[in-house]
Amino acid sequence: MSIEPILVFALLGYLQRMLKSEGIRPDWQDWIKKWLIFAGVLFGAQFVFHIQDITQWFWHLALIALSWFILTQPEFNRIRTMMYAVLPVVIISFLKSLIGKDQEGFLGTIGDLVDIAYPFAIIWLVAMFFINNKQRKALDKERKKREEEEQQARIVAEQKGVLEVMVEERTAELTRQKEELQQTVENLKATQTQLVQSEKMASLGELTAGIAHEIQNPLNFVNNFSEVNTELAAELKFILDKLNVAENVKDELLAITGDIVQNHEKILYHGKRADTIVKSMLQHSRTNNDQKEETDINMLADEYLRLSYHGLRAKDKTFNAIFETDLDPAMGKIMVIPQDIGRVVLNLVNNAFYAVNEKKKTAGADYHPTIWLSTKRILKLAIIKIKDNGNGMPESVKEKIFQPFYTTKPTGKGTGLGLSLSYEIITKGHGGSIVVDSKEGEETCFTIKIPVNS
Amino acid sequence: MKILVVDDEQDVQTLFLQKFRKEIREQRVEFAFAFNGKEALTYLEQLHHETVLILSDINMPGMSGLELLQNIKEKFESPPPVVMMITAYGDEENYNQAMKLGADDFLTKPLDFSQLKEKLKLS
Repeated sequence: MSIEPILVFALLGYLQRMLKSEGIRPDWQDWIKKWLIFAGVLFGAQFVFHIQDITQWFWHLALIALSWFILTQPEFNRIRTMMYAVLPVVIISFLKSLIGKDQEGFLGTIGDLVDIAYPFAIIWLVAMFFINNKQRKALDKERKKREEEEQQARIVAEQKGVLEVMVEERTAELTRQKEELQQTVENLKATQTQLVQSEKMASLGELTAGIAHEIQNPLNFVNNFSEVNTELAAELKFILDKLNVAENVKDELLAITGDIVQNHEKILYHGKRADTIVKSMLQHSRTNNDQKEETDINMLADEYLRLSYHGLRAKDKTFNAIFETDLDPAMGKIMVIPQDIGRVVLNLVNNAFYAVNEKKKTAGADYHPTIWLSTKRILKLAIIKIKDNGNGMPESVKEKIFQPFYTTKPTGKGTGLGLSLSYEIITKGHGGSIVVDSKEGEETCFTIKIPVNS
Repeated sequence: MKILVVDDEQDVQTLFLQKFRKEIREQRVEFAFAFNGKEALTYLEQLHHETVLILSDINMPGMSGLELLQNIKEKFESPPPVVMMITAYGDEENYNQAMKLGADDFLTKPLDFSQLKEKLKLS
């Protein structure tokens, strides 16, 4: 019983397994299968027909062919080392068969040597097989480890990708939140400014009204007594006329009396002026008994615009200005206190006319003083805009414009109460807002917004 | 005609006396003054039959003009004196209350004396 057929089966089986596991050369796999079957049949046949002497040559040739095949094909690079274990057995057993038994002379010596070498070759094969096996196992282990590492790396990479997407999402979210917060802060700042402004206006309004109350009574006395004095002086004059004194003394007395009358007329005139101011100051605290009623804002605004225009024309014949209206037909009727809103429109339009008139004094002939009055209904908001192409105002003036007693008009032309009162009417009386936009030297635009509650 | 003027401002006396100087001189009118509600009531208790007209301020410390009005209308029924209320603020609330309490007229400060004279049929 020789070892060669076993080696053939082992090599063929090994190659077959290797090719299968690596999934290459299916044509070779077919061939190997066919050869395995053939070798099996031959192996069986040699025992049945006792033809070992013939078949042994086939095993030798098959082993040599297989060895040559494995050593030359690049696909088997990996198992070439294994051949070093197999080759000595293949060569020595081939030589053994070639020389045959019981040879004399030189061949006999070689045959003896081969006989001695054969067991060593077998031992070599077994030892190499074990070593190889061990190495392969170690390599396999290494490979497995590397594969695991690669797998790990792939998982890590995947997770990294997922993480990166998540980080990006979070960053985007944070950025959005930051922007939102910034917007909120800005809104809050604006609201704060507005609150401070309205609080200032409210306290100023109360103060104004308080002062007015205190001034009203003494002022009444001033006016009343000066009125009485005027009458008394007139009577004095009348008596003096009838008096029998020297002409020059009488003249002097009459002159002094005349001066007294004149002075009291002045006192009365200025007293009345103060009275007008006090009266409009009192408007700030007036307990409002005026009822809100459904009002056609377009008609009201137009009416007061004309009222202002004709009022100013009546006072000053040289006054002239173009006025244009753009009234939203969708405005409809809204609940307001008509005389109050009328007052606001009147104030604003008067100011506008004043502004264009002032500019006209210095501007060239191609300046056309113009006032625009427009209304707009946007959902639940009634908007009234009054614009003029007058001198406009700087930022510093804009800040103070709604404060009581603030005026840019010369003494006697304005009380500085018109806009503060308008502010109060719109904000407190109607829950709306009034803002001013202005380009210095070019234009001023007041925008009133009143919420429509229906 | 005897008129009682009620006002916490002392100068009102001087003002009235000067304003009606001619009428007083001609003895067409006679003035009495009280500087608060209590004084006014004391005066009326003594001389109420002579007084035909009471001019009262509404804003007074202590008894307000409206309280005084209520008192007068309750206490002095015959002959009922004419009461005119005067106030610095011509607001509706004061006006309505004065009218409800039986005020005969309602005047606002600063007083228009020529209008007052007309009402008193002195001019």
